[in-house]
Amino acid sequence: MQALETINTTTSIPKILFGDVSVGDELPELVKEPDNRQLVMYAGVSQDFVPIHYDLKVAHAAGHRNVIIHGALKSAWLVELVTGWMGTAGRLLEFDVSYQAIDFPGNTATCFGRVADTRIENGAGIIELEIGLRNSDGDVTTPGRALVSLPIEAHFA
Amino acid sequence: MKTSKSSVVTEKIRSFIGLESNPVTYEIERHAVERFACAIGDPNPLYSDEAKARESSYGGLISPPTFLRSLLPSAYPRQYPEPFAHILDGGSRYRFYEPARVGDRITVTRKITDLFEKTGRMGTMLFKISEISYVNQLGRLVATQTTTTITYGTGEKDAGVGDH
Repeated sequence: MQALETINTTTSIPKILFGDVSVGDELPELVKEPDNRQLVMYAGVSQDFVPIHYDLKVAHAAGHRNVIIHGALKSAWLVELVTGWMGTAGRLLEFDVSYQAIDFPGNTATCFGRVADTRIENGAGIIELEIGLRNSDGDVTTPGRALVSLPIEAHFA
Repeated sequence: MKTSKSSVVTEKIRSFIGLESNPVTYEIERHAVERFACAIGDPNPLYSDEAKARESSYGGLISPPTFLRSLLPSAYPRQYPEPFAHILDGGSRYRFYEPARVGDRITVTRKITDLFEKTGRMGTMLFKISEISYVNQLGRLVATQTTTTITYGTGEKDAGVGDH
């Protein structure tokens, strides 16, 4: 019998504090190698059955060389970039994304980010991030931004 | 940009601005969250490792932020007259207020906040801005998602084109 799909969770969780972060810091890049199988899995869990994500004939008719990656799957990766970096004591407050160009399975997608601003608001450490996804040609197809809060004192982490 | 004579944004379509979809309530089920985390490939233990999630600042399992996307809004009280056949996702803006926890019951409502057309490479396109709200069983706003949906082209309608 085929085993169920499972995911191995990360064993160490980063704990960063507001004071550890400076404007200009770069987040560790998150590299994804999407394939058709992942698109099918994502279609299933998100219930997005728009055929351009799995039917090559439909993708060709729309002028694409391959089926295209769901924008919302790219969003999930950009959120993973941020939440994986901020650790389990951080909070994601805002996430904006714009799907400006299409991405295809079989191409490496790299999520990147940098700290654009840090400030304290109402006693909370607020970090603003410029984030994005670039394709294997180096083009940024999917720019975005995120706002997170991080604990200021260690005992909250 | 011309403001007169829109071919696509008819009176009938404009009447959908401000209309709320029928509310629908979902329970965030543990295995659905696990499957979602697996499909997006996110190894964060907060989504599937109960012991680690319990000892974290969240105190228990939560769903990935974009899991909310899988809690589809219901239909509008009237049939939305989608004029085009194909669909593109233009982007999203999320605002998060509370974690969406495993076991929460989330009520989803969608409202169209703007409709406008643009002409581009694919001909006339209809841009639809919608705000989706996610409210938990305590009546607290968990998150909002503002979506930009672009439809275009004629012919046989794609699956799901009327559902976004």
